[in-house]
Amino acid sequence: MSWWYRLWHRSKLEEQLEREMRFHLEEHASDLIARGYEPEEARRKARLALGGPEQVKEECRDARGTRWVEDLWQDLRYAVRTLRQKPGFAAGALATLALGIGATTIMFTVINGVLLRPLPYADPGRLVAVSGRADALSVAGFELQRLAYYDFLDCQRESRSLELGGWVFTTGTLSEPGEAEHVVEFQASSNLFSVLGVPLFRGRAFLPEEDRAGGAPVVILDYDLWQRRFGGNDAVLGTAVVLNEKRYTVVGIMPADFKVDGDEPDVYTPIAQNTLGYMQNRGIHPVGVIARLRPSATLGQARAEMATIGFRLAQQYPDTNKNRNFVADVLRPPVGEVRSTLWLLLGAVTLVLLIACVNVASLLLARAVSRERELAMRVALGAGRGRLVRQCLTESAVLGLGGGVLGVLLAALGIRPFVALWPGVLPRAEEVGLDWRVLLFAIGVSLLSGFLFGLAPALRAPSRNLEQTLRAGARSLAGGSRRLHGEFVICEIALAVVLLVAAGMLGRTLLRQSALDPGVDIHNVLVTRMGISPGALSHPEQIRAAWQEVLERARRVPGVQAVTMVDTVPMRNGTNQIGYWTTPVEPQESKKPAVLAASVSPEYLKVMGIRLLSGRFIDEHDRMGNQSVAVIDDVMAQQAFGGQAPLGKQLWIGMGSDPVTVVGVVSHVRQWGLAADDQAQVRAQLYYPFTQVPNGMLRRWSELMSIAVRTGVEPRSVVASLRRELRGAANDQVLYESRTMEELASDSLARQRFLMLLFGVFAGLALLLACIGIYGVMAYLTSQRVPEIGVRMALGAGARDVMWLVLRGSLGMISVGVAVGVVAALAAERVLARLVEGMQPGGVSAFAVMIPVLVTAALIASFVPARRASRVDPVKALRQE
Amino acid sequence: MTAKSDLPQGTLDLLILKVVALGPVHGYAIAQRLQQVSRDVVQVPQGSLYPALHRLENRGLLAADWNETETGREAKFYSLTRKGRAQLETEAASWARLTQAVGLILGMSEGGAK
Repeated sequence: MSWWYRLWHRSKLEEQLEREMRFHLEEHASDLIARGYEPEEARRKARLALGGPEQVKEECRDARGTRWVEDLWQDLRYAVRTLRQKPGFAAGALATLALGIGATTIMFTVINGVLLRPLPYADPGRLVAVSGRADALSVAGFELQRLAYYDFLDCQRESRSLELGGWVFTTGTLSEPGEAEHVVEFQASSNLFSVLGVPLFRGRAFLPEEDRAGGAPVVILDYDLWQRRFGGNDAVLGTAVVLNEKRYTVVGIMPADFKVDGDEPDVYTPIAQNTLGYMQNRGIHPVGVIARLRPSATLGQARAEMATIGFRLAQQYPDTNKNRNFVADVLRPPVGEVRSTLWLLLGAVTLVLLIACVNVASLLLARAVSRERELAMRVALGAGRGRLVRQCLTESAVLGLGGGVLGVLLAALGIRPFVALWPGVLPRAEEVGLDWRVLLFAIGVSLLSGFLFGLAPALRAPSRNLEQTLRAGARSLAGGSRRLHGEFVICEIALAVVLLVAAGMLGRTLLRQSALDPGVDIHNVLVTRMGISPGALSHPEQIRAAWQEVLERARRVPGVQAVTMVDTVPMRNGTNQIGYWTTPVEPQESKKPAVLAASVSPEYLKVMGIRLLSGRFIDEHDRMGNQSVAVIDDVMAQQAFGGQAPLGKQLWIGMGSDPVTVVGVVSHVRQWGLAADDQAQVRAQLYYPFTQVPNGMLRRWSELMSIAVRTGVEPRSVVASLRRELRGAANDQVLYESRTMEELASDSLARQRFLMLLFGVFAGLALLLACIGIYGVMAYLTSQRVPEIGVRMALGAGARDVMWLVLRGSLGMISVGVAVGVVAALAAERVLARLVEGMQPGGVSAFAVMIPVLVTAALIASFVPARRASRVDPVKALRQE
Repeated sequence: MTAKSDLPQGTLDLLILKVVALGPVHGYAIAQRLQQVSRDVVQVPQGSLYPALHRLENRGLLAADWNETETGREAKFYSLTRKGRAQLETEAASWARLTQAVGLILGMSEGGAK
């Protein structure tokens, strides 16, 4: 007879037990009767000998081992029944919990998808990222670089523990079939897809013989591009597309949402077919590398092996590889600063959940107090204390789980809108969704919060002074819970203070940063990336001529007042940090100060509205062959030359062997964005003319170029005419990623704005919940004191005195709560200052604004019960005794 | 009436197994048998008999069946399972060893005084 059988056939067993006992008693009794006892006496003796049939039955039931399940079931039914008796209480508690658990679950869902889920590759635990590390360059955050192509090939050939796959990020123009379009191109090693363990959606991967200089030109398309441009038609396999003026045969399609290192390129081509100079230079590091550990190899072996290869290459090629090494590490999702934002938000939302728990706890406690007599009665009838505690906890667990179910529903509905609200691009957004981890989390949080808010009422289960409890009316019981209720209020106030002050500090930061001067005139400026005709890219002279023509044609577009080329636009992602030196002797790499270099054309100053402080800006005469010039900003002037006049000074920036001459100084621009610039590591700026970029670098520079125009009209309105005007003779010049400077400035604060919005919502929620909690507690405590108030009034206390009595109690709790909250908020401030750019700790304004708001709201919440107390009719109150 | 001693811990199970080993028998008969066989020396509390029976049944040492008694009444008859028989043998053996050892110790203290 199995445990399950015993559980499911309880009633049958129960009936058999009854029959067995009856048989025993009757047999015994008839034996006794046979020995001459009176029937009545015989039955009594038989029962005595057995020692109480009910008790024996209980023990037999215990022997079944199913007791706890039956108890649990009983408790569950009891809990549901009592909740249904008070639908208002149940609805309020459930709604509070659903909000708290739902918000927490949404945050965890995002964290799960972005940070915790394994990468969507086969057996991701065995994937390894291989990077280069130059000991010389030790700027924080820039320790790791990609690999030089030849270094990559050497590692790939020599490694026994790793199979290395690599790729180079580049862009190109896809011109046939259909309209010319800018595409992101990954040049991938033939084994990259098999290293990642992702099979192609259609067709095949590159063959080793295609991954070779002069191999057959083949291309693999991204799923989205295939859908968008070819309508998802399989017939595209085997046909040709024109990429950068070269015909490629389509051999494969990648599955939807396939990404490499967080990027989703449009097309893939074989890496070895790129024979440009920079691929043969060990000093340039364009190759991203992901490797798979071979069977039975360990990460430790791979690390040692990479270090050995790096050491050998450093000896063999000291010019380029000295002090350079390779490191292997577990492959992690590339998520950047999103990580800290997410944990910050989870922390904030947990505070809201805690307040919700405290609220429900105080509601439950109030109910537990009014049920004290019932519980005492149960103890008197033989219920153990443990049993009562278990019953109370079951009840709160039912509430918790109910709230959890609603919360998960909320999260399921809210997760997509929330992801859409995220500023910019949330990495791995497509992987964010409810899964078993999220459900497990939600169940865990529900049970934990159920336990938290159920604990206080449960521990009040009566243990001593039973008869006193039973004898006393409900009135005398309130005193004991008053302190606990007060502590709940204090907790709520403290938590709300933390959230309110944090929101206030974020708001203050955002206000301050919005008012900062970006250093450029952001009104009426359009910036757009641009690719010139791929046909022009092979000859430096054609590149120069093509860009010259672009500038001239753009100037003719109606509404355009000035036009310039620029590679790194202020407040847009992407900077070019280079080392410079001011004496002819080149110092060690690590000793060079860094500067943000931008390659521009003469009208840059006019387009961006940057102030010229001294000298002149770059002009039409700064061409190849003339003196090489540069213009610096005031930050760099101070950093490079101290107090000396910078005009006419020489600078070496590694652009050829000749120095450049400083011809002008301009004002500083917040290149890193409004929020981040003050705290950026490298702030100095230098501008040099695109026309003086050496021939060897011209093609790469050309690929990175944008154009910016100052307009007399709404800047967005010129995009279409610009695009038409700049299409080029072969109809293959493209504009992409068009943005206005106003958008870029606003986006540079998007993270702060988003954080402030959410913290504001959380703080509002916390304030609301805390007020409801205070109201509930004060109303309850006051109603318990009605007889006392009646006595006071009978003895001559006025309505004002009574109101003051209640308000004083609540004010006491509020001030303790605020004091605790301020200490906690100071700690929270330090966390925020570390995680949020431009946040400066030490401001008191957030405290000064937010705490009065909280205190006022809390007093209003306690005012209603106070007034009710002041209207107590002393006669009625005393009669209630 | 002579003073009765309580059953040593854990021996009730052994006694029940031994009684049931003689053939299928119902609870009341087990109580009777235990009382007769022990000649009223040990106190078998009837109250703990049934929980013990149910425990042994749930552990698979006893099997139960509803049958008619000689007087034509329906009763729950317990019988020994294979597992129960094995358990009886090991427990009886260890009981024998224990009593022998206790007997030895008790005998020694008198012998030592000779």
